[in-house]
Amino acid sequence: MIYLQLFLSYLKIGFFGFGGGYAMLSLIQNEVVVQHQWLTNGQFADVVAISQITPGPIAINSATYIGYQVTGSVWGAVVATFAVSLPSLTIMLAITRFYLKLQDNRYVKGAMAGMQPMMIGMIAAAALLLIFPHDDTRSFIDLWSWLLFGLCLVASIRKVNPILLIVLSAAAGILIYA
Amino acid sequence: MRELWNIFVSFFKIGVFTFGGGYAMVSLIEDELITRKRWIESEQFLKLLTLAQSAPGPIALNTGVFIGYKVRGWAGALAAVLGIVLPSFVIILLIALFFADIRDNCYVDAAFKGMRPAVVALIVAPVYKWARALGPAGIAASVAAALLVWYVGLSPIYFIVAGAAAGIAHTVWKNRKTIEKP
Repeated sequence: MIYLQLFLSYLKIGFFGFGGGYAMLSLIQNEVVVQHQWLTNGQFADVVAISQITPGPIAINSATYIGYQVTGSVWGAVVATFAVSLPSLTIMLAITRFYLKLQDNRYVKGAMAGMQPMMIGMIAAAALLLIFPHDDTRSFIDLWSWLLFGLCLVASIRKVNPILLIVLSAAAGILIYA
Repeated sequence: MRELWNIFVSFFKIGVFTFGGGYAMVSLIEDELITRKRWIESEQFLKLLTLAQSAPGPIALNTGVFIGYKVRGWAGALAAVLGIVLPSFVIILLIALFFADIRDNCYVDAAFKGMRPAVVALIVAPVYKWARALGPAGIAASVAAALLVWYVGLSPIYFIVAGAAAGIAHTVWKNRKTIEKP
């Protein structure tokens, strides 16, 4: 029964979670803390913190973690993770097929041209939210942060491998802060 | 089969290093899939990101579905999704099982203090690049949308829908003009 509830909750999160990662957080919180009381607010904050220090989409991270926590079994993690991925797989697959067929239609082209600046704006908003968040999860804590940001930005624009930049900045973090 | 494995490995690599939400993946994808593998062109990648944003679900997964499908059909899409999900699944499970207090470790904490600004840089770099290709009207629309989503907290989906509607209206208007004066 708990597996079915987990499945349905995460299916819902996957279906209605537009705008990716942080935009999905309030939806996840509503399902997991308010509706089902699987976690307390404090535990939910822990899940978010752990999601922030692990790679991968936050929706997936939280599904795996909460699925395991709630059932005490790896299968709970599998069920929740599968459920949250299912809408992406099906809906995006349909959109992809539709788009690849109609990409030369002028109305589709027009719609895409209109959506493009919005898409760029959304990504800029995600960056702004990381630099100036509304809560206390700041990414920039001192001048070192801005220095690392500036160096990585220039390096990234000059096409330095992003994986290398992440590894080097982690090492820099240990040297500076540990 | 080999191609499916390549898709899986590429997205696994991207999955391992995608910290701080789906958008940080943009720079990783540009490097791995556009520059190295040449599975998708820069121009089409922009369109793909637009689609990935307008569909529900994590952007990272939606992007994987599109590229996987384009390269190798639905099996390719599945391979890409597995590649993205697996690193995050395994790492989170290990943490849940054994290292629930990992974020209290001072080295982990210090490393992340260094990584967070780098992740933001990886998000800003492509924005800077694309913004230079937009006209003044496009830049104004981007900036307005960014400020409203960040500061006011409006949902991105409204802006995507408004952008699509504006684009279609513009196309209809252009058509009428060309019909009126042949």
